Amino acid sequence: MKKSKIFWSYLILALVIYAVGQALISLNIIDMYYKNMLITMCINIMLAVSLHVVIGVTGQFSIGHAGFLAIGAYVSAIFTMKLGMPFIVAILVGAIVATLAGLIVGIPTLRLKGDYLAIATLGFAEIIRITFLNIDYVGGAAGMQVTQLSNWTYAFFAALITIIVISNFTKSRHGRACIAIREDEIAADAMGINTTYYKVTAFALGAFFAGVAGGIFSHNVFIIQPSAFGFLKSFDILIFVVLGGLGSLSGAIISAVLLTLVSTYLGNFPETRMIIYSLVLILVMLYRPTGLLGTKEITDLFKSKKKGGIDHDQ
Amino acid sequence: MTNNTLLQVENMGIQFGGLKAVQGVNLYLNNGELVGLIGPNGAGKTTSFNMLTGVYKPSEGKIVFAGQTLNGKPPYKVTQSGISRTFQNIRLFKDLSVLDNVKVANHWLAKHSILSSILRLPNHFTSEAKMAEDATAFLKIFGLDRYKNELAKNLPYGMQRRLEIARALAAKPKLLLLDEPAAGMNPQETRELMELIAFIRKEFDLTILLIEHDMHLVMGICERIYVLDHGQLIAEGNPNEIRSNPKVIEAYLGEEVVENA
Repeated sequence: MKKSKIFWSYLILALVIYAVGQALISLNIIDMYYKNMLITMCINIMLAVSLHVVIGVTGQFSIGHAGFLAIGAYVSAIFTMKLGMPFIVAILVGAIVATLAGLIVGIPTLRLKGDYLAIATLGFAEIIRITFLNIDYVGGAAGMQVTQLSNWTYAFFAALITIIVISNFTKSRHGRACIAIREDEIAADAMGINTTYYKVTAFALGAFFAGVAGGIFSHNVFIIQPSAFGFLKSFDILIFVVLGGLGSLSGAIISAVLLTLVSTYLGNFPETRMIIYSLVLILVMLYRPTGLLGTKEITDLFKSKKKGGIDHDQ
Repeated sequence: MTNNTLLQVENMGIQFGGLKAVQGVNLYLNNGELVGLIGPNGAGKTTSFNMLTGVYKPSEGKIVFAGQTLNGKPPYKVTQSGISRTFQNIRLFKDLSVLDNVKVANHWLAKHSILSSILRLPNHFTSEAKMAEDATAFLKIFGLDRYKNELAKNLPYGMQRRLEIARALAAKPKLLLLDEPAAGMNPQETRELMELIAFIRKEFDLTILLIEHDMHLVMGICERIYVLDHGQLIAEGNPNEIRSNPKVIEAYLGEEVVENA
């Protein structure tokens, strides 16, 4: 089958990227700083892709993604540091708790639309942050020390799995149902789609992978503090998705990679960093108001001349 | 209520605040009938459709469809029990391809789970392939299969209307509700639409209820007509009876019928 050939060639490409990254790290060609950048890149990809399924695919404007990141980070850190569980188990537990939080928040708030949903999710993320701030067990404002367990392998494969799962979900009847909700919720409902179920599912799926990202994140930074999960973090993630183009998976990945590079290299100019970063965003929005890729995928750019539309796996 | 009755509506009404938009509507549809619902602007026709399809909850009355009470069911359940609709202002999924628009409607007929899609289990592929096949078959009937990879928003207006009907049919309804299917169409397109409605009715063994302002179309194809004015049914009958009903003429029909007759 032609489709599966494409899949395998992507997978080989991904493994090549992994091997190159691993070689750069183990041969000491790049130092700690850039190794860290690579891991951060993977975390950002996971965050961008997991928010993409909520905003880009299902069209639910959620800006509380840092809340799920925080839950994943703290819960997994508790499991490794306090309970002595293996890292993988801790990541999974963190992700599952984040998913549960997603369900608890999603079921009541997803009745809201547009701005109201945005405000409600923002409020949720703040509640999570303040809660961790006031729990002494996890160190309160001072934060919680975490040993470094994340490495390039964990980060890369977590990101790869995130991309594959979200991509497979999107290119199925379930993803199509979510896109239909984004396009016209009333019509989707009238066509027999349980809109609440799919909105909550997308939300929970997004929360799960944000939780995974949280686990990788907390075991990469030595210390986690509630201040790292403020609403600015939520906006950072939102920017990945909007800049890449709402509805474009590859767009979200590309913009996560680019913005991580930009902000890492701007780290050398701390005074002007945020100014330049903001300028990049303004320029992109001026010249590409639909984001880098719009709703297209990068693969469409090569074949869209011949036939339009989205080509789903069959 | 006879065995032949598909839809029975008793005393249906809805209030928005103090405004009684629709009240005391009694109507029935027999299996295989093609019935028109007409009335002046603001008479409550679309509101009635919205109640029948679960978009609005009727504040009073009872809707029985094929033996099931529909009151209070959400729209997706109403669709799954066999009522499908089109919209007055076209509501296609604009950024999806023509084929995907139809596939969304047969979504609920497919069985493969989210997990099997994520893991790409064999039944994902067989089930998705069947969805694509079914959807393509519908597009063929409507002469849209050539455009199946076009985005829905790029179709010309008349074709968008046809696509909406194709999409509604893909949900496998027993009763099809058409909300002003001929709105904005030229006479040629309207004629084609009339033929199309007659054809799908036979082909899919459908019962059809349609709202329409084009009296030529309504009088031409409907077997019975209900007339709604100020939220109340004022007349019921076959086209000839409706044409000569003084109440209807008074409400709005008069001049048009004389012109078209």
